[in-house]
Amino acid sequence: MGLDDNILELKHITKLYPGVVALNDVSLNIRRGEVHALVGENGAGKSTLIKTCSGAIAPTKGEIVINGNSFSNMTPQTSVKNGIGVIYQEFNLVGDLSVAENIFLGRAIRKGMLVDLKAMEREAKKVLDSLHIDISSKTLVKTLSVGYQQMVEIAKAVSQNARLLIMDEPSAPLTNAEVESMFAIVDHLKENGVTIIYISHRLDEIFRLSDRVTVLRDGQYVTTLNTSETNKDELVKYMVGRQLTEVYPERKKSCIRDEVIFEADNVSGNGDHDISLKMHKGEVLGLGGLVGAGRTEFAELIFGMHPKKAGKFIFKGQEFSPKDPREAIDVGIGLVPEDRKKEGALLGMSIRSNINMPIYNRISKGTVVNAKKEQEIAEKYRGEISIKTPTLDQLVKNLSGGNQQKVILAKWLAANSDLLIFDEPTRGIDVGAKQEIYTLINTLVEQGKTVLMISSEMEELMGMSDRIIILAEGRMAGELKKAEFDQERIMQLASMERKD
Amino acid sequence: MKKATNGIKGRAIWVFLVIMIIFFSVTNKNFLTVKNLLNVAKQVSIFGIASVGMTYVILLGGIDLATGSIISFVNIVAAFFMVNMGLNPILAVILSLAASTVIGFLNGIIIAEIKMPALIVTFASQTIFGGLAYIICNGVPISRFPDAFLKLGQGYVGPIPIPVIVMAIIFAIGAFILNKTYFGRYFYALGGNEEAAELSGIRVKRVKCLVYSLSGLFAGVAGLVMLARANTGQPNAGVGYEFDVITCVVLGGVSVNGGSGKMSNVIAGVLIIGVLSNGMVLMNISSYLQMVIKGIILLLAVGSDCIQQSNLLKAKAVD
Repeated sequence: MGLDDNILELKHITKLYPGVVALNDVSLNIRRGEVHALVGENGAGKSTLIKTCSGAIAPTKGEIVINGNSFSNMTPQTSVKNGIGVIYQEFNLVGDLSVAENIFLGRAIRKGMLVDLKAMEREAKKVLDSLHIDISSKTLVKTLSVGYQQMVEIAKAVSQNARLLIMDEPSAPLTNAEVESMFAIVDHLKENGVTIIYISHRLDEIFRLSDRVTVLRDGQYVTTLNTSETNKDELVKYMVGRQLTEVYPERKKSCIRDEVIFEADNVSGNGDHDISLKMHKGEVLGLGGLVGAGRTEFAELIFGMHPKKAGKFIFKGQEFSPKDPREAIDVGIGLVPEDRKKEGALLGMSIRSNINMPIYNRISKGTVVNAKKEQEIAEKYRGEISIKTPTLDQLVKNLSGGNQQKVILAKWLAANSDLLIFDEPTRGIDVGAKQEIYTLINTLVEQGKTVLMISSEMEELMGMSDRIIILAEGRMAGELKKAEFDQERIMQLASMERKD
Repeated sequence: MKKATNGIKGRAIWVFLVIMIIFFSVTNKNFLTVKNLLNVAKQVSIFGIASVGMTYVILLGGIDLATGSIISFVNIVAAFFMVNMGLNPILAVILSLAASTVIGFLNGIIIAEIKMPALIVTFASQTIFGGLAYIICNGVPISRFPDAFLKLGQGYVGPIPIPVIVMAIIFAIGAFILNKTYFGRYFYALGGNEEAAELSGIRVKRVKCLVYSLSGLFAGVAGLVMLARANTGQPNAGVGYEFDVITCVVLGGVSVNGGSGKMSNVIAGVLIIGVLSNGMVLMNISSYLQMVIKGIILLLAVGSDCIQQSNLLKAKAVD
């Protein structure tokens, strides 16, 4: 086995989605028997890359070479047949079946026409024993902890003779003790000659487990390093080392007032712990962090979608604990959610209805809608934030992403919200519309409104925010003033190891 | 272009109704007479009235299988109030409608709060209140009502039967709620996307309770009209009515996935069922074959809706 004994070679993999280059000419070799870490920011292309290996998606261009055999079009079946196993973040397990049945799901051992449960349990036990996993093969999967469920997934892959195991953020759902057990299994697999591709944003784990590490950034291959010859700072530098090219519209300097409009005091709940922060009138506060850091969850607490467990919110000088979004809306809070189509817009309804939806109770006499007012309000915001449509009867599903986002924003302007929460405001929106959204955000704060902006795009976060608070693992990891903004610093704070 | 096809789709149901009327007029000379057409309207009045509440329920993406049992239940309690207890008819009517609304409300609150599937909740309530109707009257029909009450089912204003007038009023109220009040907007929003509706400030649970309460209320009105028409309170009076009502609503183009549909088209759906039943009777088609034909029509109506939905999805995927 020389150095060039590669179990997997990715050659010039490109994956295009409409308007987005998810992967751009990525080439990468995985050596037989190594633990190869894959790191990068949100949206760097890690998940897309492993999905091309597993056959879940077909690359637009490029070639995948497994054990010297070339494939231009991988299917999930050929991937498994060639010894590739993937442990996704979401498990593919059936809770009401036993461990043994899950391990042999879809390829049950049979005796004639009947399923041979005994044989499956026996075989499953062999696999579990070989991995030193201490659970009975007869246990129902739904009764297992997340950590053990993950081990069942690993056992399933091993029982299918996986020689290359790809693990996508395997430690994310686990407790600290479970992470240790998972590491032990990874070590054990490696001793048995299984190659592992390990994806994680926790840099400590990378140094604990991997032999080599590859950095991706914005869908492009950056570098591959021997883990023993690098350190965290260098990795972070490679992960974020991009030129800041986007230009952000200028904002009047004097927007921020002294008045504190919103305050969270040691708030816990919905997976977040002890969050304390203040927002000033006219400020754009950026909320940074990795996917799963608890940013959206914090927004959900403010907007009354989940009850907080501890701590308090103070809004406009008064303590408030919204029980549902209606209460949050009534005091003057609006949420532009991350998933526009699922949570933001009522796609099957007209622009007019969408804009007026939160305020129908305000523009009605009794319960009868004042149709004239309804039309006027919709008309006003169509003009004010230039929603491009021939008629307000247009169904929102027929609008472009940028215009849909504007309709959602118009709804909160109509409701007279003072605090606007933007969760990934420009995701899936084309460049021109992005600039319009940025300008709108500026207009809002110039009018004295306050914006809380959650963004996974580093550039956007730094370009738009007056101040950035970084969350990691549901906790505050740091706060940076405008003068202190720095890609590496943000990345370091965001990938802080957990302390629980 | 999109608008144009929507327009045709919106009117297709009326075109279908007209074609059916022409067909039956040609095949049977007794069909197209004022008397017969008023007869058709009278025959459909009961499920017409109940279909207004069902329209709201299906708009929300739900279903109400309790409708038939509520009709039976109201039949019996109203009869019991008037005959056995000798209550004033107006008071009896008010109490019966209150009872039917409470049944609907209970359905709604269980569906909204416990998040049980509407199919199961309303099926259970169908069984419960169907059974209670028998218990109250001991399985024996109740009759001999005050004349004033019987007018509701048997009276005429000029040539027009009162049940038809009641149906027209209920449809007018139904259309008003749906098109002019903000509840109507909420129904569409909730049926289209519950999550987005909630994030727009709609109190989803309350709206669900309201809709099932209204469905109970309108079923109650239907039950009273039926009672007055038949002149006997029967504990099995409404058995199976929910399916006719659902057929009318779905035939009227209300999407079973929720979020889209129009009250005016539901009226057409109701009339189609009426014309079809009446026409088939005039053509001496056996009642067994009538069942088969109605079933096929229901299948076609929902089928065309589903095909359109999946075409929409495909079109989206291509985008």
